[in-house]
Amino acid sequence: MNDKLYKILLFASALIIPLVCGGVIYALFTDAYEAFQHFGFLKFLTSSDWSYTQGDEQYGALPFISGTLMTTLLAIIFCIPFSLSVAFFTGEYFRGTKIATVLGTVTDLLAGIPSIIYGLWGFYTLRPIIMSLNISPQGSGVLTASVMLAIMIIPYVSSLSSEFIKMVPKDLKEGAYSLGATRAEVVRKIIFPVAGSGIFSSYVLAIGRALGETMTVTMLIGNTNNIPDSITSTGNSMASIIANQFGEASDLRLSSLIAIGLILFLITAIINMIGKMMIKRARIS
Amino acid sequence: MESIIPILEFKKTCVSYTKQTMAVKYVSAAIERNTITAIMGPSGCGKSTLLRAANLMHNLYPNITVTGEILLNGENILSMEPIEVRRKIGMVFQRPTPFPTMSIYDNVLSGFTLNGIRLPKEEKDITVERCLKSVSLWDEVKDVLNKKGTFLSGGQQQRLCIARALAMKPNVLLMDEPTSALDPVATKHIEELLLELQKEVTILIVTHNMGQAMRISSRSMFMYLGELAEYGDTATMFSSPSDERTKSYLTGKMG
Ligand SMILES: Nc1ncnc2c1ncn2[C@@H]1O[C@H](COP(=O)(O)OP(=O)(O)OP(=O)(O)O)[C@@H](O)[C@H]1O
Ligand SMILES: [Mg+2]
Repeated sequence: MNDKLYKILLFASALIIPLVCGGVIYALFTDAYEAFQHFGFLKFLTSSDWSYTQGDEQYGALPFISGTLMTTLLAIIFCIPFSLSVAFFTGEYFRGTKIATVLGTVTDLLAGIPSIIYGLWGFYTLRPIIMSLNISPQGSGVLTASVMLAIMIIPYVSSLSSEFIKMVPKDLKEGAYSLGATRAEVVRKIIFPVAGSGIFSSYVLAIGRALGETMTVTMLIGNTNNIPDSITSTGNSMASIIANQFGEASDLRLSSLIAIGLILFLITAIINMIGKMMIKRARIS
Repeated sequence: MESIIPILEFKKTCVSYTKQTMAVKYVSAAIERNTITAIMGPSGCGKSTLLRAANLMHNLYPNITVTGEILLNGENILSMEPIEVRRKIGMVFQRPTPFPTMSIYDNVLSGFTLNGIRLPKEEKDITVERCLKSVSLWDEVKDVLNKKGTFLSGGQQQRLCIARALAMKPNVLLMDEPTSALDPVATKHIEELLLELQKEVTILIVTHNMGQAMRISSRSMFMYLGELAEYGDTATMFSSPSDERTKSYLTGKMG
């Protein structure tokens, strides 16, 4: 009797999560519907107008989709050399030594810093550096936001990839050494190929994070509603346009913002699902 | 001249994992060319440790120290380049370790690719066929050479690992309980193979299986608590062991 009640309670509370999730998706769809209906789904995706003149409102998501994709892609590219080095440093070359433990702890610490702090640091330290290097006059822009994003995802990617590097069986490495391989050859020809799918999947999950990162990007990207024409120009990402304009928007503009949110949600969900699936497969094999 | 110098000789070889204790204590023994020598002894007596010293596996771990001498054809390997030594002294481990990202074909050639040695296609084919034939795996896998080595059975994988070691034409082959993870049929297969192989390569094999030592080895070492308690002809050691510790181990009084 008691057992049954317990089960029902458990089931009910477990049900809340999918219900909330379904509710969010439902609300996003219904609120975005107006924009999609007004402009047409494809038109909304491919238009780069963003003007709220009364009577002739034009909203399109393309500038923000490109802003998001550009910052994410650049961030991943900047992050690759550093995260790979840290991962191999802590996972293989200096594995188990004090210095690797220290480095590991520091990277974990970096992962826990709130994004507003990264944003502030980027704004007051990185931006002036970019200005003084004459890379861009205003300092903010796609490049600045990407560098900061890269710094934010490095700890995440490197600790995850380092796990996969550590998972390569000792037997396998010793087998390669016993054939006369050097350290570098073992890393390149055994560890990297064996841990490769796991390392790759940690980058996919990092993409998922970078896509939706809001605070840092909003503070650094320059907040202009155009398609960035170079990596130094300003723009807006999907997350940053919502954060910027949500408070003042209503009606069609609000619906357009929610539509952008829906698209961001779908892209991120798909990327995360792919990443999780790849991680699972890499762990099994 | 060459026949007088033993192919491999341990001279007062000591190995310690920590500063306080020695896992292998002053082992001196000369291994005869083209024989199979078995290393026996209770668990934890230092068999694997001694074996791994002979191809400088301990060099991979900074805390482990190896002292004394280990001579390969009269030359002390402890002062040689590990890479050189390991190409001349191959090793097969307890658990088969085919490289999972490589095909059967590439696994056999992995010693070359890992060392950045490029072979012409023709020579590759010849090497793969020769090595797989010498471990009598060729007939079983010749049609699936491009499949991953990890698809093979345990016994086949172990033979693949032996083939991989043989491809480098080593002088000595070290084997650490190579059949303990295999079933009796696969074990018998490998034993027959080793008897055949000793014509080309000197084999040093750690085994817990006394029957196996009797069947394949002509010389045997018995280790106890890191020391070499007895070393001699296998038949003599089994029929009339001279050391008390060997005697009680062989008669089952000691685990
Ligand atoms: N990596 C290591 N670090 C510290 N001590 C070790 C290490 N490997 C082995 N030892 C110790 O060295 C001694 C000899 O170990 P070894 O593995 O050589 O024994 P073995 O004769 O091969 O045993 P088994 O038959 O169980 O394989 C043991 O006391 C063991 O605890
Ligand atoms: Mg052992």
